[in-house]
Amino acid sequence: MSLLATHPTGSTAQAVAESRARRRIRRRTVITVLALLIVAGYLVSLMVGQTNYSPADVLRVVFGQDVPGAGFTVGRLRLPRATLAVLAGLCFGLGGVTFQTMLRNPLASPDIIGISSGASAAAAFSIIVLGYGSTAVSIVAIVSGLVVALAIYALAYKGGVAGTRLILIGIGVAAMLDSMTAYVLSQAAEWDLQVAMRWLTGSLNGSSWTQTLPVFVALLVLAPVLLGQSRNLSMSQLGDDTASALGVRVERSRVIMIIAAVGLIAFATAAAGPIAFVAFLAGPIASRIVGPGVSLLVPAALVGALLVLVGDFAGQYAFGTRFPVGVVTGVLGAPYLIYLIIRTNRAGGSL
Amino acid sequence: MTVIHTLAVENLTLGYGERTVIEGLDLVVPAGRITAIVGANACGKSTLLRSMSRLLPPRAGQVLLDGKQVHRMPAKELARTLGLLPQSPIAPEGITVADLVGRGRNPHQRMFSRWSAADDEAVAAALDATSTAVLADRAVDELSGGQRQRVWIAMALAQQTDLLLLDEPTTFLDVSHQIEVLDLLTDLNQARGTTIVMVLHDLNLAARYADHLIALADGRVHAVGTPHEVLTEETVQAVFGLSSRVLEDPTSGRPMMLPIGRHNVVAPV
Repeated sequence: MSLLATHPTGSTAQAVAESRARRRIRRRTVITVLALLIVAGYLVSLMVGQTNYSPADVLRVVFGQDVPGAGFTVGRLRLPRATLAVLAGLCFGLGGVTFQTMLRNPLASPDIIGISSGASAAAAFSIIVLGYGSTAVSIVAIVSGLVVALAIYALAYKGGVAGTRLILIGIGVAAMLDSMTAYVLSQAAEWDLQVAMRWLTGSLNGSSWTQTLPVFVALLVLAPVLLGQSRNLSMSQLGDDTASALGVRVERSRVIMIIAAVGLIAFATAAAGPIAFVAFLAGPIASRIVGPGVSLLVPAALVGALLVLVGDFAGQYAFGTRFPVGVVTGVLGAPYLIYLIIRTNRAGGSL
Repeated sequence: MTVIHTLAVENLTLGYGERTVIEGLDLVVPAGRITAIVGANACGKSTLLRSMSRLLPPRAGQVLLDGKQVHRMPAKELARTLGLLPQSPIAPEGITVADLVGRGRNPHQRMFSRWSAADDEAVAAALDATSTAVLADRAVDELSGGQRQRVWIAMALAQQTDLLLLDEPTTFLDVSHQIEVLDLLTDLNQARGTTIVMVLHDLNLAARYADHLIALADGRVHAVGTPHEVLTEETVQAVFGLSSRVLEDPTSGRPMMLPIGRHNVVAPV
């Protein structure tokens, strides 16, 4: 064996560098295309609707000029809605792929294992029963999200956390919390379908800037934290022992990632409800597009934003009736969930 | 080329929950040599190795690398000197060989730093050394057991540590692949002076490849020294509760153990 070569033959080094460069270019291309699609989708959501406006009108509204008609429809209705769609999608995508990578299982996304349900139930409770304002709701949602995450972790802990046990417990907890949301909704004095849909499947109807701002701030603070953990996250895929042997402080980095991811999910849920399956779908879709071996955080965030944006637009205009975004993403997500379960079943895995 | 590092264990006590696995253990790892830890199942071999690489905090006592307690050292600093290959590492789905080996560069990289030419060279050297360069673009899941184990060793090599700890690097491999892996580790030891500590199940392979043997029994060091000193009929009886013959291996001149069971024994013992 050629072990004695301290300096490798140039060709291997070159091949290694080239294959790395190829993957980097692919990832960069995917990110650019996704970002362009989001910008396009965002502009179309602003322009197209019951009344259509020209790009010039839309741009003038965006830059704060007063345009008759468009000022209200675009500035007050469409702009906050499309903005919240992008921001919430980014949050769900980031939070989802973090959990899926960390727990090494695509089923371990926060909307399957009850974290979104916890934030949603708490938000519904504090709005409908307690009558809290948006800041208080965000705080209650994030605290409950963290408490639920902690509870699932503790319940699944038995000399280490096994992914499958955590997922099964999480699904149970999610069912419990969803029934709590349904109960709270049934107790509401003015029973409002819009409100109900928001907390059951997620909806962007009636979005305003007051809801959008906390999500923006959360993203501004927590996304860099997660991106800073990106390398630790990909190391954690090798298992705790190997990651630790490669210089990762596994426990500390896991706590940081859980808090940041739960925070993102909870803030987005407090504003838009648990938009069905976005956190669950974004990571696997991103992984199919970018290929293995690169950080999925940014691509998954962009896929999440695109899903919510397109889902909401389709829900509003593609069908005879207006559907909330969660119904559209739910229809997309359910078959994928079934596919995943069938695939793991075929491979002989237990989940 | 290789800095001489001292790795020592002082009065170390380890355990999980209620159970104490290792008690008051002292040992010194000879620098630049190959050390094999042997012993019966559940005697604490893997536990000891995990603690030596900071994965398990001691109940009492300490693990010292160059006089510093490993459990107090910054994680990345330790990972640049001491590498560990766990018994069953997990390969992420679809990851390519080159990418997995590249993960070994983690302790040499800062949070947002770019991938450097030095990283590429280290990965290439590791691939060349383990003859896995031809597999570089293959997915790890598609490889055979022997190829996969060489890839994991390549990852540990890319880490470029002067000490390398391996937990049963030959399990699940057939005999030719076991020899291949042990030859590779010996090459590494001879070419770079890398200190190697490995847990091995097979006493004969341990005696054949290690310069230094440590026999553990019931969480204590039962015997320590050269293969000739450690691999004796008395030690095998005490550590494994097995009667045996120990002969000289005609190919290596090292001791070789033949177990004596209850059946098929024809020659007088």
